[in-house]
Amino acid sequence: MSAFRDAGHLLRFAGLFVLAFIIFLVVRKFVVPKSFGEYGHYRGAAIGEIAAHPAHFAGHQACEACHADIADEKKGGKHAHVNCEACHGPLGKHADDPASVTPAKLDTAVLCVRCHAASVAKPKNFPQVDAADHANGVPCETCHKPHNPALEAGGAK
Amino acid sequence: MNGVEGFMYPNEVELVWSVLIVLYPYITGLVAGAFILASLERVFRVDAVKPTYRLALLTALSFLLVAPLPLQLHLGHPERSPEMYFTPHSTSAMAMFGYVYLWYLMAVLVFEIWLDYRRDIVLRARRERGLLRLIYKVMTLGSDNISERSLHIDERVGWVVTLIGIPSAFLLHGYVGFIFGSIKANPWWSSPLMPVVFIFSAMVSGIACVMVIYMATSKLRGTTIDMGCVDTIAMYLFYTFIIDFSLEMLDLIHRIYEADESFRSLNFMVHTKLYFSHIVVQIGLGTLTPLVLLAITQVTKLSEMARKRIYALAGALTLIGIFAMRWNVVIGGQLFSKSFLGYTTYKVGMVTREGLPVAIALTLLPLLFLWVLVKLLPPWDDASAAHGATGD
Amino acid sequence: MNLSRRQLMILLPAAAIAWEHVLAGTPEAAPNYTMSEHWWSMLIDIPKCIGCGNCVRACQAENDVPDGRFRTWVERYHVSDENMMYPEVISPDGGKEGFPSVAKEDAGKYFFVPKLCNHCADSPCTQVCPVGATFISPDGVVLVDQKYCMGCAYCVQACPYGCRYIHPEKKVADKCTLCYHRITKGLTTACCEACPTGARQLVDLKNPNDPIHEFLRTHAVQVLKPQMATGAKVFYNELDGSVR
Repeated sequence: MSAFRDAGHLLRFAGLFVLAFIIFLVVRKFVVPKSFGEYGHYRGAAIGEIAAHPAHFAGHQACEACHADIADEKKGGKHAHVNCEACHGPLGKHADDPASVTPAKLDTAVLCVRCHAASVAKPKNFPQVDAADHANGVPCETCHKPHNPALEAGGAK
Repeated sequence: MNGVEGFMYPNEVELVWSVLIVLYPYITGLVAGAFILASLERVFRVDAVKPTYRLALLTALSFLLVAPLPLQLHLGHPERSPEMYFTPHSTSAMAMFGYVYLWYLMAVLVFEIWLDYRRDIVLRARRERGLLRLIYKVMTLGSDNISERSLHIDERVGWVVTLIGIPSAFLLHGYVGFIFGSIKANPWWSSPLMPVVFIFSAMVSGIACVMVIYMATSKLRGTTIDMGCVDTIAMYLFYTFIIDFSLEMLDLIHRIYEADESFRSLNFMVHTKLYFSHIVVQIGLGTLTPLVLLAITQVTKLSEMARKRIYALAGALTLIGIFAMRWNVVIGGQLFSKSFLGYTTYKVGMVTREGLPVAIALTLLPLLFLWVLVKLLPPWDDASAAHGATGD
Repeated sequence: MNLSRRQLMILLPAAAIAWEHVLAGTPEAAPNYTMSEHWWSMLIDIPKCIGCGNCVRACQAENDVPDGRFRTWVERYHVSDENMMYPEVISPDGGKEGFPSVAKEDAGKYFFVPKLCNHCADSPCTQVCPVGATFISPDGVVLVDQKYCMGCAYCVQACPYGCRYIHPEKKVADKCTLCYHRITKGLTTACCEACPTGARQLVDLKNPNDPIHEFLRTHAVQVLKPQMATGAKVFYNELDGSVR
């Protein structure tokens, strides 16, 4: 029995450990988010929160719902598969409330060369021009309509 | 721009692990090394190193108390760090850090120091007055039993704790090595040798650290250095260093001979951006020089004064060398692109949370802790001072 | 063609209501979305990429990506036939504003490689997260829970592709979400929406009608760094061996 008494201080130290462990378990119960572990080792609610971020690009479906005329114009042309916001930029706000945001008029001098400026790094089959000697400074849209860029009179491209 | 040469993936340009993450393995390494030195006396009965036993334990504790601070300061959200305890991710090499740390701090170091000092604590609780008395009272945990029998039990339990402490020290630091060694995306880190190299470099740095601190404190206290003790420590330092150096060279030779896809890139880095810190400081100044110095003391008979000077110099160079090794691992591993096509530059910040002043403060903080601990729990008593004075 | 909001509602009630939910981003907005029915990834058709940088700009607009960090970026490779394994690669500002022109006489081949998170099935980044703040969603997207992430950056180190970064203001890990807020509502990602050539295609591997199945059967398709065994599922068509 005296051995037990002489080891009493060790039991006190062990007691501290047990106490700390119990406090840890209690605190853990309260601080771990409820949805933690719902699908895996993470907070399940995070998925919904990320899905709830606002969108800035409306998507071409939303554009075409109103602008059916433009969609018709594009159809069959070289730009049929270029989505509206690829050139016009993100217009989610406009799709949400057309009156609130009026899409800016685009500058074809900047926009067309962004894709079509000649570069040996681009795929060979992609239409490219050297802007300086292609049109002598005549704006692109004089000959090419952005929504359907083929030349009117049986143009080669 | 931003000191980039060649091509980096754009998100790689800025390093995410700073000088503070260099300090973390450095400090935990000192802890593990100091503890293993202490265990020499306790478990392996190397009586010559007895004068440093308590000092080594207190050194380990003061460094261990600082170890998590660089990590906390580096975190983007330090307030969320308890998540490591509440929801540790079983597949993460880092997740266990909290538990390993707590285990080592409480179950090994604090427990062993408490057992070893319990008699002193109880006596001081009886002797002191005021606040000090209260502090010692709390430390006794309300038990003032210092009967022969209870002290004998402490001695036995302390031995077992030290025995458990050795693998724990290996775990603590080998595990830090694993954090780096298990990253397959980074060829500079990814190596099964990494934990082993970390353990041996930890022992080297810890032994050197305690040796230097022992010699410095003796000087400050005006007591004689126990030459038998430092000679033995220096011998252990020498042999551990040889193992550590061999392992690092093995890793290096293996990389050079295998010359895999990353070799060209890493080789270039070692010869340019890492040349100074890796070749000059780590290998030249911090490894070969102390090895040669220590070898001289092993094969020749030098005067006591010469030995002391050599030990102090070798110890200091070792500490610099191991710091350079941590630097080269942590910073070096982020200087090259994972595309193996380019390199970036690391500039230590000045007034940032992870800047140089903070790093220096964190390096000095353990010494402050040690000073407080030594005041509270003196690792030497008059008897051992007298023993030191008489010499061997 | 100016329609007021009211007219729009009258003309196209269904479409308008659907869009309204997309903007509001409420989970109920996608009542028909079941995570277990999808396994998202992407197809990059390298021969179609012209390096215009539309995807990079779109991503930054859609996801508030901070300057100098990239959820997606475009690299331009220049591979000379003398030194096939050590290409010259550039990605000025992630290719956001396109690329400098090339003198015609430069020998070798050139091509563009758009990069983004590979949404690996055995992702090393989610493996190393110590607290469970990043994870693979049940529909196969690698996401970051930014309310739980403590910003240790271990995941940044673990990604072999350099797709993660620490958000300079939020101080948490940030990365491509594959526009999770869009794909769960029937839209495509911002980068795919803005790509003018169809070089990027959102893919749902669990959808039997997805054209990806036919594509994978008929093309030489590769993932990045297959030796890393990450289960990367951004598929690259005609990927050159020098790409890393």
